[in-house]
Amino acid sequence: MKVSRNLTYSMLLLLPAVVLLVAFTYYPTVATIIDSFFSTPRGRRPARFVGLANYETMLADPVFRKAIVNNMIYAAVIIPCSMGLALAMALLVNARIAGRGFVRLAYFTPTVLPMIAVANIWMFFYAPDYGLIDQVLGHFGRGGNNWLGNPDTALWAIIVITVWKCAGFFMIFYLAALQQIPPSLLEAAEMEGATYWQQLRRVILPLLMPTTLFISVNAVIEAFRLVDHIIAMTRGGPDNSTQLLLHYIYQVAFGFWDTAYAATLSVVLLAILALIALVQFGYADRRIFYR
Amino acid sequence: MSVDRRSATTRLAINVVAWALALLWVLPLLYAVWTAIHPPLYAARFDLFAPLTLDNFVRVWNAAPFDRYFLNTIGLVVFVVIAQFVVCTMAAYAFAVYPFRGSEWLFMLFLIQLMVMPEVLLVRNYSTIASLGVMDTMLAIALPYLASAFGIFLFRQAFKSVPKELDEAARMEGAGPIQVLLRVYVPLARPTYLAYGLVMVAYHWNNFLWPLIVTNSVSTRPITVGLGIFSTVEQGIDWPTITAATLVSIGPLLVAFLLFQRQFVQSFMRSGIR
Amino acid sequence: MNLHKLNRILAGGLGAALLSTTAAFAVDLTFYYPVQVGGPLTQVIDGYVAEFEKQNPDINVDAIYSGNYTDTTTRALAATRSGNPPAVAVLLATDIFTLIEEDVITPIDTFISTDEDKAWLAGFMPAYLASAQIDGHLWAAPFQRSTAVMYYNKEAFKAAGLDAEQPPRTWDELVEVGKALTVKDASGNVTQWGLGIPGSSNAAHWLFGALVAQNGGQLSDETGTRTFFDDPKVVEALQFWIDLSEKHAVHPTGILEWGTTPSDFMEGRLAMAWHTTGNLSNIRKNATFEFGVAAYPGNPNPASVLGGGNLYIFKDASEEQKAAAFKFVQFMTSAELLADWGIQTGYVAPRDDSWETEALKAYVKEVPQADVARRQIADSKPEISTFESARVTQVLNDALQAALTGRSTPQEALSAAQAEAERILSAYRN
Repeated sequence: MKVSRNLTYSMLLLLPAVVLLVAFTYYPTVATIIDSFFSTPRGRRPARFVGLANYETMLADPVFRKAIVNNMIYAAVIIPCSMGLALAMALLVNARIAGRGFVRLAYFTPTVLPMIAVANIWMFFYAPDYGLIDQVLGHFGRGGNNWLGNPDTALWAIIVITVWKCAGFFMIFYLAALQQIPPSLLEAAEMEGATYWQQLRRVILPLLMPTTLFISVNAVIEAFRLVDHIIAMTRGGPDNSTQLLLHYIYQVAFGFWDTAYAATLSVVLLAILALIALVQFGYADRRIFYR
Repeated sequence: MSVDRRSATTRLAINVVAWALALLWVLPLLYAVWTAIHPPLYAARFDLFAPLTLDNFVRVWNAAPFDRYFLNTIGLVVFVVIAQFVVCTMAAYAFAVYPFRGSEWLFMLFLIQLMVMPEVLLVRNYSTIASLGVMDTMLAIALPYLASAFGIFLFRQAFKSVPKELDEAARMEGAGPIQVLLRVYVPLARPTYLAYGLVMVAYHWNNFLWPLIVTNSVSTRPITVGLGIFSTVEQGIDWPTITAATLVSIGPLLVAFLLFQRQFVQSFMRSGIR
Repeated sequence: MNLHKLNRILAGGLGAALLSTTAAFAVDLTFYYPVQVGGPLTQVIDGYVAEFEKQNPDINVDAIYSGNYTDTTTRALAATRSGNPPAVAVLLATDIFTLIEEDVITPIDTFISTDEDKAWLAGFMPAYLASAQIDGHLWAAPFQRSTAVMYYNKEAFKAAGLDAEQPPRTWDELVEVGKALTVKDASGNVTQWGLGIPGSSNAAHWLFGALVAQNGGQLSDETGTRTFFDDPKVVEALQFWIDLSEKHAVHPTGILEWGTTPSDFMEGRLAMAWHTTGNLSNIRKNATFEFGVAAYPGNPNPASVLGGGNLYIFKDASEEQKAAAFKFVQFMTSAELLADWGIQTGYVAPRDDSWETEALKAYVKEVPQADVARRQIADSKPEISTFESARVTQVLNDALQAALTGRSTPQEALSAAQAEAERILSAYRN
């Protein structure tokens, strides 16, 4: 009797979440996959089944290839860099430094600044000649850089902004975890004559593993989600050198009105995320989630 | 952590690095303040004695309905966070306290949402919103985010760490499931709520792409979209105006964070998010 | 006449009869519009709407400011699909093929009946009407129209020993003047470039259209189904743009960002800059030096390119709404209103009689630079416009940027772009 009543409670409690997840996660995932096998309906031409035609178009699409390559570089740089910086920041603010409150706040500010707003400020930093970076470099005779207008540097300029934006957010998680490490553990290590670097490697980092995994999930998400600054700054240019997958999906869907092709691109993004999730969860110790 | 053993030079180095990084990190904000309080002429010239002005703020305030955008954002954020609290608390409570056969699997299924964010499915979600007839409403912006796997995951963790005895004691006194939830679980999970709430406030205050797609009018547009529309004009970028607009739009959040940063960080530590 | 139509007429007549007996007879119009230039322009539009409602008490206009052009098109199409179309909207002139393909607009000329209507229509500048005429119909009324012009720094001209009242008239002169204006510091770094033409994704195709027209070529035909990207005239135009930086060293290398070009000009980084007329009031307000506005040079034909938005009436609105929408369109494109809108925004009033109004005459006297745009219009060409306009434009932009950044030759880039455009557009040829 009790069991079935518990089940009823469970079902009722889960109902809103299930309804919402079905409506905005599971159904659209399935529908997107189905859409990718149809043509885009336009005006008086309804959608028709086209098999793998959209996928063939995609494989032949140089912009798609660029978007994938760029997004891989973007993710491969942003994930380790923002996490490494976040850890360094957390260790710094956790140490006894002067004006700790201010420093901590400074690291965290990018998190509260809307990307769309800071994009314009960074635009000034990157402006050739009179922009802040070039003004500084100009003193060393290295001015005249068109950071965003040169395909060789544009993606890196975007990456710097993303790292700047994310590191402080991740730092908070590391900081919280650091402060929960029992001081006795570190004291013990110190008694045995371990240097700071040894403590870090043998004690601190292993204890931070769950946090690292948690942050890495977030970092992956940001690496594929954060395209606000692309919309505001480069719109994927020059010559698609800053084209990222989600931005391309947005462009195809809401600029070109080719919803079927956008669905096809979305399927690829879904597949990438699923693959990463499998690797992450597979690699991770299950205990972390069943604590 | 014992810093004592480290030499003075090491300590100095740590300080220098920490401060250099901090300055680098607030530079965009400093630039925004500088440009916003000076006439346009000084947007790219750093002259300590440049005249100060509030004209940029006045112009921004008059040029776009930022007051209305503010209200929209505040309404949106409050609604999203409260609705997330309700939806996620209920689901997490079920997972933590009323597990059933297959509930672990269902939980894993829920976690998919962690990776498959609403943004990835924006094309389909857009047509769902359109067919629900809620396009250009606050609900349209909020709906895809309400069942947050992140929230369910955190709350479930927090609920699981609540001692069973407390739960049983409350039930002995005749409390129903909802009363137990509200009297025992939720109060003990307060730091988690605070931490999650703050992260979500920051997230939704800053969210841009999805609101950009589903909003259409001054009465629903959040401040980020208002700002985005405001700054992408044919004329090119007008930094004094844009930085002033930026400061206007982040002001409240920044002040709130300044005031609550201690509680914020502490709630993270206590919430067991790690 | 089929039964269905008869029914509709009967129902419509009955409905009108019923409604006219009630005092509250009113038509509600939804009007979507973008704002593309700075300033409190939503208030200006609200003012126009209030004035219109005062003149037409039986019409309510719900004016919705819907972001930039892309956003507005997105909204209008989405609203139409969900069965709740706007009656009228300001959308890009180049969206015309998309809107026809999506089957959402009604030609404006179907509403023309009286002599007054005809006189109204005849008042538009032919150059601006041209981009709205397809298949023997006029699909839109020109509203906020712009054109590209050349801003130049008169003080820089004087400093270089040039005549500040004689801006370059040909490509050769442009290069020559550009060389004189390019200034280097002692260590060889350029401190002032002769010329800047923005090449970022939101502008490259537009200004390139001007270069192509100057060289006597064109980018697309009037059917919107053919492009000429690999035409020798087009390739030459791109080669010239590249030569400006690579061969003559008068133009900064890499892609010049549209959004920062006005700042580049006002900061003295560029002595001559190509931008929209919509920027005039901004530069006037913020430039610390005397500047001029010049018409574009030619090789040999001086030519610029037209841009901006037109008023479209939506097909799925009710007949009463469409009739009211046409009244609203006529109101919004009256000589006086377009003159006022031009003064408030910097757009070019697309009617000759607007330029005869006292308001605009007084404005031109005060800001003679504003007149350059008008004088140039006769020589201007519509911007590239095809079916799937956004996608074809993107293909062209990618090619332009690939060539401008030295990643491929103009011929290679444009041939590839032409092939891609062919693939996209072949589906639209019957």
